Amino acid sequence: MVEYLQTGGEEPAVTLDAFLEQSNATAVRLEPDEDARALIPFLDRLALIEVAFPKFRDGRGYSSARILREAGYTGELRAQGDVLVDQIAYMKRCGFDSFAPEKPLNPDDVEAALTRWPAHYQGAADGAVPIWKLRHG
Amino acid sequence: MYKYDEYDHAMVAARVAEFSDQVKRRLAGEITEDQFKPLRLMNGLYLQLHAYMLRVAVPYGTLDSRQMRMLAHIARKYDRDYGHFTTRQNIQYNWIKLEDAPAILEDLASVEMHAIQTSGNCIRNISSDQWAGAAADEITDPRPWAELLRQWSSFHPEFSYLPRKFKIAVIAANEDRAAMRLHDIGIQIVEKDGEHGAAFYVGGGMGRTPMIAPLIKDFVPLGDMLSYAEACLRVYNRYGRRDNIYKARIKILIHELGADEYRRQVEEEFAHVKSLGIDPPKAEFDRIAEQFAPPALDASAPDAIDRSDPDFAVWVDQNVAAHKVPGHAIVNISLKPIGGIPGDASSAQIDLMADLAEKYSHDELRVTHAQNIVLPHVRKADLYAVWQALDGAGLATPNLDLISDIIACPGLDYCSLANARSIPVAQKIATRFSDLGRQKELGELKLKISGCINACGHHHAGHIGILGVDRKGTENYQLLLGGSGAEDVSLGTITGPGFDEDGVVDAIERVTDKYLAERSEGERFVDTFRRVGMAPFKEAIYG
Repeated sequence: MVEYLQTGGEEPAVTLDAFLEQSNATAVRLEPDEDARALIPFLDRLALIEVAFPKFRDGRGYSSARILREAGYTGELRAQGDVLVDQIAYMKRCGFDSFAPEKPLNPDDVEAALTRWPAHYQGAADGAVPIWKLRHG
Repeated sequence: MYKYDEYDHAMVAARVAEFSDQVKRRLAGEITEDQFKPLRLMNGLYLQLHAYMLRVAVPYGTLDSRQMRMLAHIARKYDRDYGHFTTRQNIQYNWIKLEDAPAILEDLASVEMHAIQTSGNCIRNISSDQWAGAAADEITDPRPWAELLRQWSSFHPEFSYLPRKFKIAVIAANEDRAAMRLHDIGIQIVEKDGEHGAAFYVGGGMGRTPMIAPLIKDFVPLGDMLSYAEACLRVYNRYGRRDNIYKARIKILIHELGADEYRRQVEEEFAHVKSLGIDPPKAEFDRIAEQFAPPALDASAPDAIDRSDPDFAVWVDQNVAAHKVPGHAIVNISLKPIGGIPGDASSAQIDLMADLAEKYSHDELRVTHAQNIVLPHVRKADLYAVWQALDGAGLATPNLDLISDIIACPGLDYCSLANARSIPVAQKIATRFSDLGRQKELGELKLKISGCINACGHHHAGHIGILGVDRKGTENYQLLLGGSGAEDVSLGTITGPGFDEDGVVDAIERVTDKYLAERSEGERFVDTFRRVGMAPFKEAIYG
């Protein structure tokens, strides 16, 4: 599961404003107060969307991620910033497939967090089959 | 009652394992208190003035005798032999050690209970009508709808770091016994063209800015309910204020946007969310509803009650309510003995109530938002035996909905947020009005006390409300009149300058004297207040 942890090195993500002005970039960074839906017309050409979590308590990025996945985005969706090991399971369910935490995470804890849940009550953006569907086939 | 299947068991077990691991990492210093705080809160663990407090979820206030006995066991083994039933139909323990918390959660899981999402900025335990399934005036049992919401909201990946806490109540009767419109989302199950659906009231709440929820959607079909709730929450998660903790509840967002604009945004989001297929099929609702099938009650059971014991008759008149099935009754157990602590029960009392539920109430109990306990399905012929047992345990105070049936938050005796004590004020008021004849003369009078502006004691919704504040280092109590958390929902108005502890008790006496002088035939206190307004009461209080 350690492959979820990113160390960077690829094309730097541009801000949403910069992207909307000259959208030849393939990586964009979304702040918590920015509307993920502004990116919907451009999802095809994006390879990376980095969603910023300046404070772990600010949960707007979870909605941003789901909105992007629900709109059909298939590129890399990265949670960056104050990303803690106790949040990454929910983040993954919302559609994040990579994490760039400011403070490194213990790989064993990451593994435990991402494999802990046997099932999920509700549908989200990770394709998991919700429990009600398991019950009724 | 809802019974866990393999999935429910596995989910709660995973949560216990997760939290045990988190506690271990916290005790080892691997995570900071700041990082640990939201994790422990989402598992019901608060840091209070003197110790950790654990709040255990009682989904929609329903539990069986086995679960009730586990609550007594926890009080005995891990706390100081008592628990405190809360205005969210939960129970909390005030003297918990952090290192015991995982073991307590394991004990709870063994009886299909947990403390999941009883705190924190997430969707809290769903509350409901304590008379669900028994009340004569309900159109259906609201609890299957509440259970559907419970499962959807448990471990919700998108809505676990909301701007602020989020409370949902579900009712299905016109009489509102759950303060539905004072919730972030209040749902009333209604009927349209022979079908049941959910009316969504969104943006109510108490706290420092009390608001009554406006109607956002009059009828959401069962098959859309979770999508609609998801849309309501998503708009809030994205646009609710995060710059100021006191303005972060959804009521502020809706107040600032206006109900119409909020509704427009929700409808737009709903049109999208509905396409995601997150609503379970009717078969899942039916699976849940089957488990809330009414108990087999004998409608030919004798309807007469032998009232020859006058003390018993007084209790029947005050604390026993009509059941939908003839020959049966709803027993309301007051946890408000005169001079006691509202909502507290000892482990022995909790065990006794469990025994009575098992023997006389089809193994069911309810916790009420007014901090009392209900035995929902009792044969009238058994009422005397139930009363005798309750009386022997100090649980037969005949004061339901009277002035001494006080809602009070834990206040400064326990709570780190409080500015003033609530419990001693409740005790003094109950003692002042201890004469039952006097209480009955005053009739229905809902008195609610909060020890700070966060309003856990529902003071805005009290016919008489008391708000404890800190005034230059001394406890000061403001008085509010005219609130209601019922179907005649309203917010109380402050009378004027506050009082000290004894002064507020005197002021209440002047208010009730004025009511007796002013009332017309058949008027409750709150009716008289609404008719004559604040002025005569203000004059009676301040001269």
